[in-house]
Amino acid sequence: MSGASAMYVIVVGAGKVGYYLSKQLLKEGHEVLVMEKDRKTAESLAEELGDIVMHADGCEVRSMAEAGMGRANVVVAVTGDDEDNLVICQMAKRKFGVPRTIARVNDPKNEALFQELGIDQTVSSTRIIFNLIEQQIETSQIIPLAALKRGEIEVVEADITPDSPVAGMRIGQLELPPNTLIISVIRDDHALIPHADTKLRPGDSVIAMIKAERERELREIFASRKT
Amino acid sequence: MKVVILGCGRVGSTIASVMSREGHDVTIIDQNVDSFRRLSSDFSGKTIIGNGIDEDTLRRAELDRADAFIAVTNGDNRNIMSVQLAKVRFKVPKVVARIYDPIRAAAYAELGIETVCTTCVGAGLIRDKVLGRKFSTFEEYLRLGITNASVEGEHERR
Repeated sequence: MSGASAMYVIVVGAGKVGYYLSKQLLKEGHEVLVMEKDRKTAESLAEELGDIVMHADGCEVRSMAEAGMGRANVVVAVTGDDEDNLVICQMAKRKFGVPRTIARVNDPKNEALFQELGIDQTVSSTRIIFNLIEQQIETSQIIPLAALKRGEIEVVEADITPDSPVAGMRIGQLELPPNTLIISVIRDDHALIPHADTKLRPGDSVIAMIKAERERELREIFASRKT
Repeated sequence: MKVVILGCGRVGSTIASVMSREGHDVTIIDQNVDSFRRLSSDFSGKTIIGNGIDEDTLRRAELDRADAFIAVTNGDNRNIMSVQLAKVRFKVPKVVARIYDPIRAAAYAELGIETVCTTCVGAGLIRDKVLGRKFSTFEEYLRLGITNASVEGEHERR
């Protein structure tokens, strides 16, 4: 239980994502309200979760006010329609000053757009699954850890495999793409502060900050010579 | 001007037919091919089948070269999203969205998106017709919608 840090979270959309998300949030001790515009879905969910389920259109300002959006810490829009999720989050921010809005995005292309349009965070299961598959296929393991500045800058992890061309090289010898910063080298569960003389060993994980468009170049530098 | 219209319903098809007749370069997008039957027989513009909140579809409609973009699908949110896409991604100088919900129309107008709330305008026109009054202004009709739908709960954040 997170008693002191309990938040008021409004979840819009009671599909599978909304359902499991709400249950998880409740379990963690948060105050939750679920808005669902389909009557049947709302009613059957209310049988299980009680009066925290509201049969209402989460895009309607009147319903948003009734839901107490003015005091919500977080609004999460997880309906199946990207346009609805966008409008819910934008209205929550503009009309009710909600500090944190999170939108589910079905078309991964919309992630950058939504962030440009003021949504704090976006989640695309399509992209996550795609990335997982791509990571399996790619010869080098560059794992995105975080996206900063609306995705322009990425923090990534690169695992040094025994056959990686950089294994045994010093950081100073690497021909890194411009604007790339090696933040840390993780070795045997310790985070080393790297310097030019730090030698990369197989088994190391390199944490780097890069411009998103340079990821491929970094991948090539670290790529193990598998085919 | 080069104008791209999203949604070939009654309103969309009428705008497209009229503007095409007036000599404008019109492209109209709809998901359903049957919708294009609503266009007048002398429509000389382009028709594109596709989803208007998809960047690729809008690119096929050459939105990057358009002077204006009009979103008149049946979904308020779809219209809202597509005009923002047109503004942000394609830098279209003039975008207009039809929005049924008066509050949403006003909220996005505040954000600098030109909206036409046909609910407000229609209600105002019909009222004036019934009362035998002279038609009022667009702005006055919009106010009717907002006053009617005003929200008490829009409290300040503490």
